[in-house]
Amino acid sequence: MPTPFKEVLNSGKFVVTCEIAPPKGTNLEKVIHHIDLLKDKVDGLNATDNQGSSMRYPSLGLCLLIKERGGEPILQMTCRDRNRLALQSDLLFAYSRGINNVLCLTGDAITLGDHKQAKPVFDIDSLQLLRTIRTLESGKDLGGNDLDGAPKFCAGAIVTPEAQPIEPQMIKFRKKVRAGAEFFQTQAVYDIGNLRNFMQAARQYNTKIMAGIVLLTSAGMARFMNANVSGIFVPQALIDEMSKAEKGKALQKGIEIAGRMIKTIKDEKLCDGVHIMAINKEETVPDILAAAGL
Amino acid sequence: MISATEQKPLEEITQSLEKCKSVYLIGCGTCTTILHTGGKAEVLALKDKLEAAGKKIAGWMVIPTACDEITKYALESSEKEIQAADCLLVTSCAYGVQRVSQWADKPAIPAVNTLFIGKEDGDTYSEVCAQCGNCVLAWTGGICPITSCPKGLLEGPCGGTNKGKCEVDPTKDCAWTLIYKRLEQQGRLDLLEKEQPPRNYQAVVRPGRLITK
Ligand code: SF4
Ligand code: SF4
Repeated sequence: MPTPFKEVLNSGKFVVTCEIAPPKGTNLEKVIHHIDLLKDKVDGLNATDNQGSSMRYPSLGLCLLIKERGGEPILQMTCRDRNRLALQSDLLFAYSRGINNVLCLTGDAITLGDHKQAKPVFDIDSLQLLRTIRTLESGKDLGGNDLDGAPKFCAGAIVTPEAQPIEPQMIKFRKKVRAGAEFFQTQAVYDIGNLRNFMQAARQYNTKIMAGIVLLTSAGMARFMNANVSGIFVPQALIDEMSKAEKGKALQKGIEIAGRMIKTIKDEKLCDGVHIMAINKEETVPDILAAAGL
Repeated sequence: MISATEQKPLEEITQSLEKCKSVYLIGCGTCTTILHTGGKAEVLALKDKLEAAGKKIAGWMVIPTACDEITKYALESSEKEIQAADCLLVTSCAYGVQRVSQWADKPAIPAVNTLFIGKEDGDTYSEVCAQCGNCVLAWTGGICPITSCPKGLLEGPCGGTNKGKCEVDPTKDCAWTLIYKRLEQQGRLDLLEKEQPPRNYQAVVRPGRLITK
Protein backbone atom coordinates (compact mmCIF):
# COMPACT_ATOMS: atom_id res chain seq x y z
CA MET A 1 0.00 0.00 0.00
CA PRO A 2 1.45 3.36 -0.97
CA THR A 3 1.52 6.16 1.60
CA PRO A 4 -1.54 8.37 1.15
CA PHE A 5 -0.53 11.51 -0.72
CA LYS A 6 -1.94 13.74 2.00
CA GLU A 7 0.37 12.12 4.54
CA VAL A 8 3.39 12.64 2.32
CA LEU A 9 2.41 16.28 1.79
CA ASN A 10 2.28 16.88 5.52
CA SER A 11 5.42 14.89 6.31
CA GLY A 12 7.78 17.71 5.42
CA LYS A 13 9.48 15.48 2.84
CA PHE A 14 10.36 16.84 -0.62
CA VAL A 15 7.34 15.65 -2.59
CA VAL A 16 7.64 14.29 -6.13
CA THR A 17 4.72 13.63 -8.44
CA CYS A 18 4.59 13.04 -12.14
CA GLU A 19 1.89 12.89 -14.75
CA ILE A 20 0.88 9.98 -16.91
CA ALA A 21 -1.21 10.42 -20.03
CA PRO A 22 -3.96 7.89 -20.67
CA PRO A 23 -3.95 6.19 -24.07
CA LYS A 24 -5.90 7.28 -27.10
CA GLY A 25 -7.86 4.04 -27.32
CA THR A 26 -8.27 0.91 -25.28
CA ASN A 27 -4.75 -0.46 -25.47
CA LEU A 28 -3.47 -0.10 -21.91
CA GLU A 29 -0.18 -1.89 -22.39
CA LYS A 30 2.04 1.17 -22.53
CA VAL A 31 0.32 3.04 -19.73
CA ILE A 32 0.53 -0.03 -17.47
CA HIS A 33 4.23 -0.14 -18.21
CA HIS A 34 4.50 3.53 -17.17
CA ILE A 35 2.56 2.94 -13.96
CA ASP A 36 4.70 -0.05 -13.00
CA LEU A 37 7.86 1.85 -13.81
CA LEU A 38 6.96 4.91 -11.75
CA LYS A 39 4.58 3.94 -8.95
CA ASP A 40 7.31 3.28 -6.37
CA LYS A 41 9.55 6.14 -7.47
CA VAL A 42 7.16 9.04 -6.91
CA ASP A 43 4.63 10.06 -4.26
CA GLY A 44 1.70 10.44 -6.61
CA LEU A 45 0.79 9.82 -10.22
CA ASN A 46 -1.42 12.41 -11.92
CA ALA A 47 -3.82 11.02 -14.49
CA THR A 48 -4.52 13.73 -17.05
CA ASP A 49 -8.08 14.48 -18.13
CA ASN A 50 -8.51 14.73 -21.90
CA GLN A 51 -5.40 16.89 -21.82
CA GLY A 52 -5.13 19.59 -24.41
CA SER A 53 -8.85 19.00 -25.05
CA SER A 54 -8.02 15.81 -26.94
CA MET A 55 -10.28 12.85 -26.31
CA ARG A 56 -8.55 10.02 -24.43
CA TYR A 57 -9.16 7.12 -22.07
CA PRO A 58 -10.65 8.76 -18.96
CA SER A 59 -8.55 10.01 -16.06
CA LEU A 60 -10.89 8.20 -13.69
CA GLY A 61 -10.17 4.92 -15.50
CA LEU A 62 -6.46 5.53 -15.38
CA CYS A 63 -6.67 6.31 -11.65
CA LEU A 64 -8.39 2.97 -11.02
CA LEU A 65 -5.62 1.28 -12.96
CA ILE A 66 -2.96 3.09 -10.92
CA LYS A 67 -4.75 2.03 -7.76
CA GLU A 68 -5.01 -1.61 -8.89
CA ARG A 69 -1.30 -1.71 -9.59
CA GLY A 70 -0.38 -0.29 -6.22
CA GLY A 71 0.27 3.37 -7.04
CA GLU A 72 -1.13 6.54 -5.49
CA PRO A 73 -3.34 8.26 -8.08
CA ILE A 74 -4.07 11.97 -8.36
CA LEU A 75 -7.24 12.48 -10.35
CA GLN A 76 -7.06 15.47 -12.68
CA MET A 77 -10.51 16.90 -13.23
CA THR A 78 -11.31 19.64 -15.68
CA CYS A 79 -14.59 21.54 -15.90
CA ARG A 80 -14.53 21.58 -19.68
CA ASP A 81 -16.41 18.36 -20.44
CA ARG A 82 -18.82 17.82 -17.53
CA ASN A 83 -21.40 19.93 -15.76
CA ARG A 84 -21.77 20.12 -12.00
CA LEU A 85 -23.91 16.98 -11.82
CA ALA A 86 -21.42 14.86 -13.71
CA LEU A 87 -18.43 16.25 -11.79
CA GLN A 88 -20.04 15.56 -8.43
CA SER A 89 -21.08 12.03 -9.31
CA ASP A 90 -17.59 11.28 -10.63
CA LEU A 91 -16.17 12.57 -7.35
CA LEU A 92 -18.44 10.24 -5.36
CA PHE A 93 -17.39 7.35 -7.56
CA ALA A 94 -13.70 8.23 -7.22
CA TYR A 95 -13.89 8.33 -3.46
CA SER A 96 -15.83 5.07 -3.26
CA ARG A 97 -13.01 3.37 -5.16
CA GLY A 98 -10.18 4.73 -3.05
CA ILE A 99 -9.17 7.62 -5.29
CA ASN A 100 -8.64 10.33 -2.70
CA ASN A 101 -6.56 13.00 -4.43
CA VAL A 102 -7.99 15.45 -6.91
CA LEU A 103 -6.36 18.20 -8.93
CA CYS A 104 -8.98 20.78 -9.88
CA LEU A 105 -8.54 22.45 -13.26
CA THR A 106 -10.69 24.70 -15.38
CA GLY A 107 -9.52 22.94 -18.54
CA ASP A 108 -8.02 23.97 -21.84
CA ALA A 109 -10.17 25.54 -24.51
CA ILE A 110 -12.03 23.12 -26.78
CA THR A 111 -10.48 24.83 -29.79
CA LEU A 112 -6.99 23.62 -28.79
CA GLY A 113 -8.00 19.99 -29.06
CA ASP A 114 -9.08 17.33 -31.51
CA HIS A 115 -12.86 17.87 -31.32
CA LYS A 116 -12.93 21.52 -32.24
CA GLN A 117 -16.69 21.69 -32.79
CA ALA A 118 -17.63 20.27 -29.37
CA LYS A 119 -19.65 22.21 -26.83
CA PRO A 120 -17.48 23.66 -24.07
CA VAL A 121 -19.16 23.10 -20.70
CA PHE A 122 -17.44 25.25 -18.03
CA ASP A 123 -20.58 25.10 -15.89
CA ILE A 124 -18.25 25.77 -12.94
CA ASP A 125 -14.52 26.51 -12.87
CA SER A 126 -11.46 25.24 -11.00
CA LEU A 127 -12.14 27.37 -7.92
CA GLN A 128 -15.78 26.37 -7.76
CA LEU A 129 -14.73 22.73 -8.21
CA LEU A 130 -12.51 23.04 -5.13
CA ARG A 131 -15.46 24.51 -3.28
CA THR A 132 -17.65 21.67 -4.59
CA ILE A 133 -15.27 19.13 -3.06
CA ARG A 134 -15.42 20.88 0.31
CA THR A 135 -19.21 21.03 0.04
CA LEU A 136 -19.50 17.29 -0.71
CA GLU A 137 -17.22 16.62 2.26
CA SER A 138 -19.66 18.45 4.47
CA GLY A 139 -22.33 15.93 3.54
CA LYS A 140 -24.22 18.12 1.09
CA ASP A 141 -24.23 18.42 -2.68
CA LEU A 142 -24.18 21.69 -4.61
CA GLY A 143 -27.97 21.68 -4.68
CA GLY A 144 -27.99 21.69 -0.86
CA ASN A 145 -29.26 18.12 -0.64
CA ASP A 146 -28.05 15.64 1.99
CA LEU A 147 -25.65 12.90 0.96
CA ASP A 148 -25.86 9.36 2.24
CA GLY A 149 -22.13 9.03 2.90
CA ALA A 150 -19.72 11.90 2.29
CA PRO A 151 -16.34 11.68 0.57
CA LYS A 152 -13.04 13.06 1.86
CA PHE A 153 -10.36 14.27 -0.51
CA CYS A 154 -6.94 15.79 -0.66
CA ALA A 155 -7.67 18.58 -3.13
CA GLY A 156 -5.22 20.64 -5.12
CA ALA A 157 -5.09 23.15 -7.91
CA ILE A 158 -2.70 24.72 -10.35
CA VAL A 159 -1.08 28.13 -10.63
CA THR A 160 1.02 29.74 -13.35
CA PRO A 161 3.99 31.47 -11.67
CA GLU A 162 5.07 33.22 -14.87
CA ALA A 163 1.63 34.32 -16.06
CA GLN A 164 1.61 37.72 -17.71
CA PRO A 165 0.22 39.75 -16.09
CA ILE A 166 0.86 37.97 -12.79
CA GLU A 167 -1.47 39.96 -10.49
CA PRO A 168 -4.81 38.48 -11.64
CA GLN A 169 -3.19 35.04 -11.38
CA MET A 170 -2.16 35.74 -7.77
CA ILE A 171 -5.66 36.86 -6.87
CA LYS A 172 -7.03 33.58 -8.16
CA PHE A 173 -4.25 31.71 -6.35
CA ARG A 174 -5.26 33.29 -3.05
CA LYS A 175 -8.89 32.46 -3.70
CA LYS A 176 -7.96 28.84 -4.37
CA VAL A 177 -6.03 28.69 -1.09
CA ARG A 178 -9.05 30.09 0.74
CA ALA A 179 -11.31 27.57 -1.02
CA GLY A 180 -9.18 24.82 0.49
CA ALA A 181 -6.46 23.94 -2.03
CA GLU A 182 -4.08 21.78 -0.02
CA PHE A 183 -1.46 21.65 -2.74
CA PHE A 184 -0.53 23.37 -5.98
CA GLN A 185 1.21 21.85 -8.96
CA THR A 186 2.51 24.78 -10.98
CA GLN A 187 2.70 25.35 -14.71
CA ALA A 188 6.23 24.66 -16.00
CA VAL A 189 8.87 27.03 -14.68
CA TYR A 190 12.33 27.19 -16.26
CA ASP A 191 13.65 30.37 -14.75
CA ILE A 192 14.67 29.77 -11.15
CA GLY A 193 14.74 33.53 -10.53
CA ASN A 194 11.10 33.83 -11.54
CA LEU A 195 10.23 30.83 -9.39
CA ARG A 196 12.01 32.47 -6.46
CA ASN A 197 9.97 35.68 -6.95
CA PHE A 198 6.75 33.73 -7.14
CA MET A 199 7.56 31.74 -4.04
CA GLN A 200 8.34 34.91 -2.13
CA ALA A 201 4.74 35.96 -2.69
CA ALA A 202 3.26 32.47 -2.28
CA ARG A 203 5.18 31.15 0.73
CA GLN A 204 3.09 32.90 3.33
CA TYR A 205 0.01 30.87 2.42
CA ASN A 206 -0.91 27.67 4.14
CA THR A 207 -0.59 25.27 1.22
CA LYS A 208 2.07 23.09 -0.40
CA ILE A 209 3.60 24.14 -3.69
CA MET A 210 5.20 21.79 -6.15
CA ALA A 211 7.11 23.35 -9.02
CA GLY A 212 6.12 22.14 -12.47
CA ILE A 213 8.97 20.61 -14.46
CA VAL A 214 8.30 19.95 -18.13
CA LEU A 215 10.99 17.88 -19.82
CA LEU A 216 12.58 19.68 -22.77
CA THR A 217 13.17 17.32 -25.67
CA SER A 218 14.71 19.74 -28.17
CA ALA A 219 15.55 23.39 -28.69
CA GLY A 220 12.67 23.50 -31.16
CA MET A 221 10.22 22.39 -28.49
CA ALA A 222 11.46 25.14 -26.18
CA ARG A 223 11.02 27.77 -28.90
CA PHE A 224 7.59 26.42 -29.75
CA MET A 225 6.47 26.64 -26.13
CA ASN A 226 7.78 30.17 -25.81
CA ALA A 227 5.78 31.18 -28.85
CA ASN A 228 2.61 29.20 -28.24
CA VAL A 229 2.11 27.97 -24.70
CA SER A 230 0.74 30.48 -22.26
CA GLY A 231 2.63 31.09 -19.05
CA ILE A 232 5.75 29.22 -20.21
CA PHE A 233 9.01 31.04 -20.62
CA VAL A 234 12.19 29.11 -21.45
CA PRO A 235 15.23 31.38 -20.99
CA GLN A 236 17.55 31.78 -23.99
CA ALA A 237 20.44 30.22 -22.07
CA LEU A 238 18.51 26.94 -21.78
CA ILE A 239 17.54 27.02 -25.45
CA ASP A 240 21.22 27.53 -26.33
CA GLU A 241 22.19 24.68 -24.07
CA MET A 242 19.65 22.43 -25.79
CA SER A 243 20.74 23.41 -29.29
CA LYS A 244 24.41 22.83 -28.47
CA ALA A 245 23.68 19.24 -27.48
CA GLU A 246 25.28 16.70 -29.83
CA LYS A 247 23.05 15.15 -32.46
CA GLY A 248 20.80 12.52 -30.87
CA LYS A 249 21.69 13.77 -27.39
CA ALA A 250 19.04 16.47 -27.01
CA LEU A 251 16.74 14.30 -24.89
CA GLN A 252 19.68 13.43 -22.65
CA LYS A 253 20.37 17.16 -22.29
CA GLY A 254 16.73 17.82 -21.42
CA ILE A 255 16.86 15.15 -18.72
CA GLU A 256 20.03 16.71 -17.34
CA ILE A 257 18.44 20.19 -17.25
CA ALA A 258 15.27 18.89 -15.56
CA GLY A 259 17.37 17.01 -13.00
CA ARG A 260 19.49 20.07 -12.34
CA MET A 261 16.42 22.25 -11.78
CA ILE A 262 14.88 19.76 -9.39
CA LYS A 263 18.14 19.57 -7.45
CA THR A 264 18.32 23.37 -7.17
CA ILE A 265 14.70 23.59 -6.04
CA LYS A 266 15.30 20.90 -3.44
CA ASP A 267 18.67 22.16 -2.22
CA GLU A 268 17.46 25.75 -1.90
CA LYS A 269 14.19 24.53 -0.34
CA LEU A 270 12.44 26.76 -2.85
CA CYS A 271 9.25 24.69 -3.01
CA ASP A 272 7.69 21.77 -1.17
CA GLY A 273 8.31 19.47 -4.09
CA VAL A 274 8.15 19.08 -7.84
CA HIS A 275 5.64 17.84 -10.36
CA ILE A 276 7.29 16.29 -13.40
CA MET A 277 5.60 16.38 -16.78
CA ALA A 278 7.56 14.33 -19.27
CA ILE A 279 5.04 14.64 -22.06
CA ASN A 280 5.02 11.44 -24.18
CA LYS A 281 8.31 10.50 -22.51
CA GLU A 282 7.11 9.08 -19.20
CA GLU A 283 9.80 6.40 -19.35
CA THR A 284 12.49 9.07 -18.81
CA VAL A 285 11.20 10.05 -15.36
CA PRO A 286 13.51 7.61 -13.49
CA ASP A 287 16.47 9.15 -15.35
CA ILE A 288 15.30 12.66 -14.42
CA LEU A 289 15.06 11.61 -10.78
CA ALA A 290 18.52 10.05 -10.95
CA ALA A 291 19.91 13.24 -12.51
CA ALA A 292 18.36 15.17 -9.62
CA GLY A 293 20.04 12.85 -7.14
CA LEU A 294 16.70 11.56 -5.85
CA MET B 1 -26.97 47.26 -31.36
CA ILE B 2 -26.67 45.28 -34.50
CA SER B 3 -27.45 41.76 -35.48
CA ALA B 4 -24.21 40.48 -36.97
CA THR B 5 -24.59 38.17 -39.94
CA GLU B 6 -22.61 36.53 -42.71
CA GLN B 7 -23.88 35.24 -46.02
CA LYS B 8 -24.38 31.52 -46.37
CA PRO B 9 -22.48 29.86 -49.23
CA LEU B 10 -24.54 29.91 -52.44
CA GLU B 11 -24.26 26.14 -52.58
CA GLU B 12 -26.06 25.76 -49.24
CA ILE B 13 -28.74 28.23 -50.36
CA THR B 14 -29.38 26.39 -53.62
CA GLN B 15 -29.56 23.10 -51.73
CA SER B 16 -32.22 24.57 -49.44
CA LEU B 17 -34.10 25.74 -52.53
CA GLU B 18 -33.86 22.40 -54.32
CA LYS B 19 -37.60 21.79 -54.39
CA CYS B 20 -38.55 25.43 -55.08
CA LYS B 21 -38.93 26.43 -58.69
CA SER B 22 -40.08 29.94 -57.93
CA VAL B 23 -38.53 32.04 -55.18
CA TYR B 24 -39.56 35.34 -53.58
CA LEU B 25 -36.67 37.32 -52.07
CA ILE B 26 -36.93 39.38 -48.88
CA GLY B 27 -34.12 41.67 -47.72
CA CYS B 28 -33.79 43.86 -44.64
CA GLY B 29 -33.06 47.58 -44.58
CA THR B 30 -31.31 47.61 -41.24
CA CYS B 31 -28.57 45.30 -39.98
CA THR B 32 -27.96 43.21 -43.09
CA THR B 33 -27.94 46.41 -45.16
CA ILE B 34 -25.27 47.96 -42.93
CA LEU B 35 -23.20 44.79 -43.06
CA HIS B 36 -23.79 44.24 -46.82
CA THR B 37 -25.07 40.75 -46.19
CA GLY B 38 -28.71 41.20 -47.17
CA GLY B 39 -29.73 44.72 -48.22
CA LYS B 40 -31.03 45.74 -51.60
CA ALA B 41 -27.73 45.25 -53.44
CA GLU B 42 -27.31 41.73 -52.05
CA VAL B 43 -30.93 40.82 -52.80
CA LEU B 44 -30.44 41.87 -56.43
CA ALA B 45 -27.14 40.00 -56.66
CA LEU B 46 -28.82 36.87 -55.31
CA LYS B 47 -31.63 37.33 -57.79
CA ASP B 48 -29.12 37.24 -60.66
CA LYS B 49 -27.31 34.22 -59.30
CA LEU B 50 -30.51 32.25 -58.70
CA GLU B 51 -31.84 33.11 -62.13
CA ALA B 52 -28.56 31.92 -63.60
CA ALA B 53 -29.08 28.71 -61.63
CA GLY B 54 -32.46 28.27 -63.29
CA LYS B 55 -34.79 29.59 -60.62
CA LYS B 56 -37.74 31.81 -61.33
CA ILE B 57 -37.84 34.92 -59.15
CA ALA B 58 -41.46 35.68 -58.30
CA GLY B 59 -40.51 39.08 -56.87
CA TRP B 60 -38.47 40.77 -54.17
CA MET B 61 -38.70 43.45 -51.52
CA VAL B 62 -36.57 45.00 -48.80
CA ILE B 63 -38.44 45.43 -45.52
CA PRO B 64 -37.13 48.45 -43.56
CA THR B 65 -36.65 46.44 -40.35
CA ALA B 66 -37.54 42.81 -40.88
CA CYS B 67 -37.58 41.89 -37.18
CA ASP B 68 -40.36 44.43 -36.58
CA GLU B 69 -44.13 43.90 -36.61
CA ILE B 70 -44.16 45.94 -39.80
CA THR B 71 -43.10 42.76 -41.60
CA LYS B 72 -46.67 41.49 -41.32
CA TYR B 73 -47.97 44.43 -43.39
CA ALA B 74 -45.10 44.24 -45.85
CA LEU B 75 -45.96 40.60 -46.52
CA GLU B 76 -49.64 41.43 -46.94
CA SER B 77 -48.89 44.18 -49.42
CA SER B 78 -47.02 41.74 -51.68
CA GLU B 79 -49.38 38.86 -51.12
CA LYS B 80 -50.03 38.15 -54.78
CA GLU B 81 -46.40 37.80 -55.79
CA ILE B 82 -45.67 35.79 -52.66
CA GLN B 83 -48.54 33.41 -53.46
CA ALA B 84 -46.93 32.74 -56.82
CA ALA B 85 -43.68 31.62 -55.19
CA ASP B 86 -42.83 28.18 -53.77
CA CYS B 87 -40.74 29.67 -50.98
CA LEU B 88 -39.33 32.85 -49.49
CA LEU B 89 -35.58 33.38 -49.33
CA VAL B 90 -34.83 35.86 -46.55
CA THR B 91 -31.58 37.81 -46.26
CA SER B 92 -32.38 39.42 -42.91
CA CYS B 93 -30.98 37.98 -39.69
CA ALA B 94 -32.78 35.05 -38.08
CA TYR B 95 -35.10 37.42 -36.20
CA GLY B 96 -36.49 38.59 -39.53
CA VAL B 97 -36.64 35.06 -40.92
CA GLN B 98 -38.75 34.05 -37.94
CA ARG B 99 -40.99 37.08 -38.39
CA VAL B 100 -41.57 36.10 -42.01
CA SER B 101 -42.21 32.54 -40.98
CA GLN B 102 -44.69 33.74 -38.36
CA TRP B 103 -46.86 35.52 -40.92
CA ALA B 104 -46.34 33.80 -44.25
CA ASP B 105 -47.53 30.31 -45.02
CA LYS B 106 -44.73 29.69 -47.51
CA PRO B 107 -41.47 28.21 -46.22
CA ALA B 108 -39.00 30.94 -45.17
CA ILE B 109 -35.40 30.03 -45.91
CA PRO B 110 -32.46 31.93 -44.37
CA ALA B 111 -29.79 33.22 -46.74
CA VAL B 112 -27.46 34.37 -43.94
CA ASN B 113 -26.05 32.98 -40.71
CA THR B 114 -26.82 35.06 -37.65
CA LEU B 115 -23.69 35.32 -35.52
CA PHE B 116 -24.55 37.48 -32.52
CA ILE B 117 -26.23 40.65 -31.38
CA GLY B 118 -23.39 43.08 -30.87
CA LYS B 119 -22.18 46.63 -30.60
CA GLU B 120 -20.48 48.63 -33.34
CA ASP B 121 -17.13 50.41 -33.14
CA GLY B 122 -16.41 51.68 -36.62
CA ASP B 123 -15.81 48.59 -38.72
CA THR B 124 -15.73 46.25 -35.76
CA TYR B 125 -18.78 44.53 -34.39
CA SER B 126 -18.50 42.68 -31.13
CA GLU B 127 -20.62 40.60 -28.84
CA VAL B 128 -20.71 42.00 -25.32
CA CYS B 129 -23.76 40.49 -23.67
CA ALA B 130 -25.25 37.01 -23.73
CA GLN B 131 -28.44 38.06 -21.93
CA CYS B 132 -27.69 35.79 -18.99
CA GLY B 133 -30.42 37.21 -16.76
CA ASN B 134 -28.12 37.92 -13.83
CA CYS B 135 -25.87 40.83 -14.73
CA VAL B 136 -22.50 40.91 -12.97
CA LEU B 137 -21.11 44.09 -14.57
CA ALA B 138 -21.27 45.87 -11.19
CA TRP B 139 -18.19 44.08 -9.92
CA THR B 140 -16.38 43.35 -13.20
CA GLY B 141 -15.58 46.90 -14.16
CA GLY B 142 -18.32 46.98 -16.78
CA ILE B 143 -16.70 44.17 -18.81
CA CYS B 144 -18.78 41.04 -19.22
CA PRO B 145 -16.87 37.87 -18.28
CA ILE B 146 -19.68 35.66 -19.49
CA THR B 147 -19.42 36.98 -23.03
CA SER B 148 -15.86 38.30 -23.30
CA CYS B 149 -14.23 35.24 -21.74
CA PRO B 150 -14.95 32.27 -24.03
CA LYS B 151 -15.10 30.01 -20.98
CA GLY B 152 -17.47 32.39 -19.21
CA LEU B 153 -15.35 32.27 -16.06
CA LEU B 154 -16.52 34.16 -12.99
CA GLU B 155 -13.58 33.73 -10.61
CA GLY B 156 -10.66 35.18 -12.55
CA PRO B 157 -8.42 34.15 -15.43
CA CYS B 158 -7.74 30.58 -16.53
CA GLY B 159 -4.18 29.40 -17.03
CA GLY B 160 -4.44 30.22 -20.70
CA THR B 161 -3.92 33.97 -20.53
CA ASN B 162 -0.93 34.68 -22.71
CA LYS B 163 0.59 38.13 -22.30
CA GLY B 164 -2.86 39.56 -21.81
CA LYS B 165 -4.32 37.68 -24.81
CA CYS B 166 -6.83 34.84 -24.76
CA GLU B 167 -5.80 31.24 -25.37
CA VAL B 168 -8.92 30.62 -27.41
CA ASP B 169 -8.17 33.41 -29.87
CA PRO B 170 -4.84 35.22 -29.52
CA THR B 171 -6.17 38.15 -31.54
CA LYS B 172 -8.54 38.94 -28.67
CA ASP B 173 -7.71 40.36 -25.25
CA CYS B 174 -8.13 38.13 -22.22
CA ALA B 175 -11.31 39.38 -20.58
CA TRP B 176 -9.87 38.84 -17.13
CA THR B 177 -6.80 40.91 -17.88
CA LEU B 178 -9.11 43.72 -19.03
CA ILE B 179 -11.29 43.38 -15.94
CA TYR B 180 -8.23 43.42 -13.70
CA LYS B 181 -6.84 46.55 -15.38
CA ARG B 182 -10.14 48.38 -15.25
CA LEU B 183 -10.71 47.62 -11.57
CA GLU B 184 -7.11 48.53 -10.80
CA GLN B 185 -7.69 51.93 -12.45
CA GLN B 186 -10.85 52.36 -10.42
CA GLY B 187 -9.15 51.30 -7.20
CA ARG B 188 -11.66 48.49 -6.77
CA LEU B 189 -9.44 45.39 -6.94
CA ASP B 190 -10.86 44.14 -3.66
CA LEU B 191 -13.96 43.10 -5.66
CA LEU B 192 -11.92 40.32 -7.27
CA GLU B 193 -11.02 38.64 -3.99
CA LYS B 194 -14.60 37.61 -3.41
CA GLU B 195 -15.57 34.06 -4.27
CA GLN B 196 -18.54 33.78 -6.62
CA PRO B 197 -21.17 31.07 -6.37
CA PRO B 198 -21.64 28.82 -9.41
CA ARG B 199 -23.64 30.64 -12.03
CA ASN B 200 -27.40 30.16 -12.18
CA TYR B 201 -27.96 28.94 -15.72
CA GLN B 202 -31.69 29.04 -15.20
CA ALA B 203 -31.89 32.75 -14.39
CA VAL B 204 -33.64 32.93 -17.73
CA VAL B 205 -35.54 29.75 -18.46
CA ARG B 206 -35.09 29.33 -22.21
CA PRO B 207 -36.79 30.37 -24.32
CA GLY B 208 -36.86 33.73 -22.58
CA ARG B 209 -40.26 35.40 -22.42
CA LEU B 210 -41.36 38.59 -20.75
CA ILE B 211 -45.02 39.52 -20.55
CA THR B 212 -45.76 43.12 -19.68
CA LYS B 213 -49.13 44.21 -18.37
S1 SF4 C 1 -23.36 39.55 -17.07
FE1 SF4 C 1 -22.84 39.74 -19.22
S2 SF4 C 1 -24.26 38.35 -20.27
FE2 SF4 C 1 -25.10 38.70 -18.25
S3 SF4 C 1 -26.50 40.42 -18.56
FE3 SF4 C 1 -24.55 41.30 -17.85
S4 SF4 C 1 -23.46 41.80 -19.75
FE4 SF4 C 1 -25.14 40.41 -20.32
S1 SF4 D 1 -7.49 33.50 -21.51
FE1 SF4 D 1 -8.81 34.94 -20.39
S2 SF4 D 1 -10.54 35.32 -21.74
FE2 SF4 D 1 -9.49 33.54 -22.54
S3 SF4 D 1 -10.55 31.78 -21.64
FE3 SF4 D 1 -8.86 32.26 -20.25
S4 SF4 D 1 -9.66 33.70 -18.75
FE4 SF4 D 1 -11.15 33.60 -20.44
